[in-house]
Amino acid sequence: MSSNDRPLSPHLQIYRWQWTMALSILHRATGIGLAAGTLLLVGWLLAMSEGPERYAAYQGILDHWFGRLLLFGWTWALFYHLCNGIRHLIWDTGRGFELNIAAASGYIVGGASIVLTVIAWVASYSNMGAT
Amino acid sequence: MAEFSLPANSKVGKGETFKAPEGATRTKCFSIYRWSADDGANPRVDTFEVDLDTCGPMVLDALIKIKNEVDSSVTFRRSCREGICGSCAMNIDGMNTLACTRYIDDSKGDVTIYPLPHMAVVKDLVTDLSNAYAQLSSIEPWLKSSENPPDRERLQTPGERKELDGLYECILCFSCATSCPSYWWNSERYLGPAVLLQAYRWLADSRDDHKGERLDNLEDPFRLYRCHTIMNCTATCPKGLNPAKAIAEIKKMMLERQG
Repeated sequence: MSSNDRPLSPHLQIYRWQWTMALSILHRATGIGLAAGTLLLVGWLLAMSEGPERYAAYQGILDHWFGRLLLFGWTWALFYHLCNGIRHLIWDTGRGFELNIAAASGYIVGGASIVLTVIAWVASYSNMGAT
Repeated sequence: MAEFSLPANSKVGKGETFKAPEGATRTKCFSIYRWSADDGANPRVDTFEVDLDTCGPMVLDALIKIKNEVDSSVTFRRSCREGICGSCAMNIDGMNTLACTRYIDDSKGDVTIYPLPHMAVVKDLVTDLSNAYAQLSSIEPWLKSSENPPDRERLQTPGERKELDGLYECILCFSCATSCPSYWWNSERYLGPAVLLQAYRWLADSRDDHKGERLDNLEDPFRLYRCHTIMNCTATCPKGLNPAKAIAEIKKMMLERQG
């Protein structure tokens, strides 16, 4: 028989999810999210160049709770991608490949991304209050 | 390209259940992936109840018992039964390992057994490893020296010999390669962790003087650099080796030779 007729053995369907595997796909996903978020930023700059009305309209979208949610998600994606990028840089030096260390560095990256996101938002909101 | 779902001919259906013999008090269910080219049907998962009181302690013992006593058509590779030949690599409870070194008791509930993931199935738990072997031969896994062969062994210092620890122990069971999502999506072009660990085994050998040539052969967006440090290889290796680290060492060598 032709080997093309052979079935493909199950893979994603049956493979047990690993912590490091989940973080890896999250790195890819946040990278894609950041690329999409950059369009949002370009839109903001475009609105600014098109005058106060357009800018106010765009600002209105971002002030909506859904706009804020997107911005919050984007902030977290930025910090996650940044922290995990640093983790990758350390890996590039040949360090941190022991399983327990790779898992621990993953927890650190996850925790740091959440803490940095919260700090950024608390700082932004308190600045808004100041002006 | 990444195809996340299985092709139509590979979708897995429900199979038969084979009960343990009367009077068995300590039983365990083994769910085993089945497929044969003979009947033209899709793959299925059969369930075998095994009496643990009359079975050896390893998953391979249970497979052999099932083949001997229940269904002689259950097909799997095995040879040494002591974790040195690499034949009985398969996916047990979601991770790739050797059936012969995996205790049945390590499975809390039923034992689920699939072939190595994302491979063409030849029959039941036997997959087609031709591509993996071809990739292995592409890295020329033998000593290459431009010196004339000496009259005796090629000597190494203890330090040089130590560089090979964690590399020479690989038994080429391909558990790691078939645990790697990158290898799943790009097995035609990405060499995968097993073959790259072997590549590093020769790059790290003080007696080999073809490093430049070996690195040239790996300098490719796919062959080496599809490794994204997902770490499934290291997590699943039944010999406790670290292919992810070996790959990182190759990437470092690439950088170092650029100066």
